[in-house]
Amino acid sequence: MDRFDKVDYLAKLIRIELTDQERDLFSKQLADILEYVNQLSEVDIEGVEPMYHAVALTNRFREDKVGPSMDQEKVLKNAPKKKDGFFVVPKVIEG
Amino acid sequence: MKTISEIKYQISQGKSWTDLRDEYLSRIEALDSKVRAFTPEGVYKDAKVYSETGELYGIPIAIKDNICEEGRLTTCCSRILDGFLPPYDATVVKRLKQAGAIILGKTNMDEFAFGSSCETSCYYPTHNPWDLERVPGGSSGGSAAAVSAGMVPVALGSDTGGSIRQPASLCGVVGLKPTYGRVSRYGLIAFASSLDQIGVFSRTVEDSARVLKVIAGFDDMDSTSAPVDVDDYLEYLDRSLKGLKVGIPKEYFGEGIDPEVRHFVNNVKVVLQDLGARCDQVSLPHTKYCVATYYIIATAEASSNLARFDGVQYGLRVEGRDLIDMYFRTRETGFGAEAKRRIILGTYVLSSGYYDAYYLRAQKVRALIKKDFDIVFRDYDVIMTPTSPTPAFRLGEKLDDPLAMYLSDVFTISANLSGLPAISVPCGLSCKKLPIGVQFIGKPFDEKTIFKVAYAYEQSTPWHQKEPVGIRDCIKQIDIEKD
Repeated sequence: MDRFDKVDYLAKLIRIELTDQERDLFSKQLADILEYVNQLSEVDIEGVEPMYHAVALTNRFREDKVGPSMDQEKVLKNAPKKKDGFFVVPKVIEG
Repeated sequence: MKTISEIKYQISQGKSWTDLRDEYLSRIEALDSKVRAFTPEGVYKDAKVYSETGELYGIPIAIKDNICEEGRLTTCCSRILDGFLPPYDATVVKRLKQAGAIILGKTNMDEFAFGSSCETSCYYPTHNPWDLERVPGGSSGGSAAAVSAGMVPVALGSDTGGSIRQPASLCGVVGLKPTYGRVSRYGLIAFASSLDQIGVFSRTVEDSARVLKVIAGFDDMDSTSAPVDVDDYLEYLDRSLKGLKVGIPKEYFGEGIDPEVRHFVNNVKVVLQDLGARCDQVSLPHTKYCVATYYIIATAEASSNLARFDGVQYGLRVEGRDLIDMYFRTRETGFGAEAKRRIILGTYVLSSGYYDAYYLRAQKVRALIKKDFDIVFRDYDVIMTPTSPTPAFRLGEKLDDPLAMYLSDVFTISANLSGLPAISVPCGLSCKKLPIGVQFIGKPFDEKTIFKVAYAYEQSTPWHQKEPVGIRDCIKQIDIEKD
C-alpha cells in the first residue's frame, strides 16, 4: 500500500479539517505505519484473552456518600463562552 | 548540582526556602534560554511552600505541562489548551504541596506526550544539555533537561511508552516509571489511560525513592490507582545484591542497537556480577511486536481521550458557521501534526470492520507480551535491558519520519504494556560525550527491588556524577559572574 485512502473519511469522523498538504502527507505516512503494525497478523492469538488493563482490577465502587463538589463558577471559569451558568455553543437546531 | 539530602542539610544549617528558590530561579534564568526546558510562562518566581514540616520541605521541583496545578497554565504544550488554568490540583501536586516541596515550574513536552524528542511542543523544542544540537528525548524532554542541567534537583514526568525513561537515558539522569496504579493519575491530562503513569526524574536513585514515597499510594479520585501498601523505599536501598537473579533478554540486544549502547550495558552486567548478583540470558519472545501493539492501543485510547477537546468547555475555540464547523475549525487549529496523525490512526483501528483486525488483535498480543514477563519473573527478580537503542539524536533528524521516531521507544514500551515498574540509570558516555542508560524492569509493585539494584549499580560507578558538557560554557559564565 503506497497510500492510505481513508484519511478524508476519518478526518470527517474526528471533526478535523485537513489541508491538502496534510492529507497528502498523512496518507503516505499512515500507509507506512499500517504496513508496520500489520506484522501483528503473523502472531498466533488462538485462544488468547484480550488484555485491556495492565493490572487486574475489577470495578471498584466507593460508598454512596455525598462528598464535596466543585462550584459552578470554577467549573465554568475556563469556558470560551458562557452565560447564566451554562456553556454557550452555536445554535444546534435550525428553524 | 545538589541532591535532596544535600539541600536538606543546607536547610538544617539555616538556609531558607526562599534563598533556595531564588538560587534555582537564577540558574534557570542563566541556562534556560539555551536549553528551553520550561514552558514560556512556566517559571514561577512566586513559587512557595505550603507546609514547613513535610519530607520534601524546601525542595524545588518541576512538573510536566500535562499535570494540573490549580491556577497555573497547563496546556500539554498544545494550542488546543490555550489559556487553560486548572480549577484543581492533581493528586501528585497536592501530595507534593503537603510534603513541603516548592513547585518551581512547568516543563516542555511533546504535544499531548505524542513524541520521543520533545520537538512537537507548540512552543519550541527543548535542547539536550549534553549537546545543544541534539534532542533531550521525549515526551518528558523538558523535565529530563531541567534535572540534567541542574535547574531543579527533581522533576515529575509521565510515561506512556517510555516518556520518562528514554529522555532520562538521553540526558544522563535517573528516570522512574512506577507500576501502573502505583501513583494516582487524577489531574494528569490523559493520553492512553491503560498505559499512562506519572513518575520521577532525579540525579540519583535515592532522590527518586524519596519522591516516589511522597507521591505513591491509593487515591479515591483515580479508580485505577491500586490499594497496595507503599514501601519505605529508602530502607531497601543499601542492601546486598548477593543471590539476586537478573534476567537479560536476548531480544533487546539485536539489530538496530548502537554498538556503544551494547558495550556499556554489557559492562553493567559485569558490575552486577561483582556485587554478587547472578546474571543469565533469558528470552521475551514477543518483543518484536511491542512497538506495533503499542501504536494500535495507544492511538486508539488517545483518539478517544482527545475527543473532549471541542472548543466548548475549555481551551481554544475557533468560531464557525455552526456547531459542527466550530468543532472542525477548533480542532484543525488546535492540534499539531502528530496529534492529528494519531487521532486518525486511533479512530481507524477502532472503527467497525477494522476493530477485530487491529485493536482486538493488539490487546491479545499485549496479553502474550505480558505473559513473557510473567514466565521470566518466576525465576528472576529483575530484568535488565538498554533504555534506548541509541544516544541522543540530532534535532530534526527523525521529525519527518514518524515510524523511525516510534522505534526509539522499542525497549521501553513493554513495561507500559505489561504495567511493570522500570527505572533508567546512567551507565556510560559515548565517544561523543552523550549519555547512555540502562533499564531495570521489576515485578508489579516491586519498585523497592529495582531501586535496590539501581542504587547498588550507581554507587559502584561514576556516571551519576558527570555534568553535562553542552552547557559548560554557560555555567563558567555563571561562576565568573558570581566571583
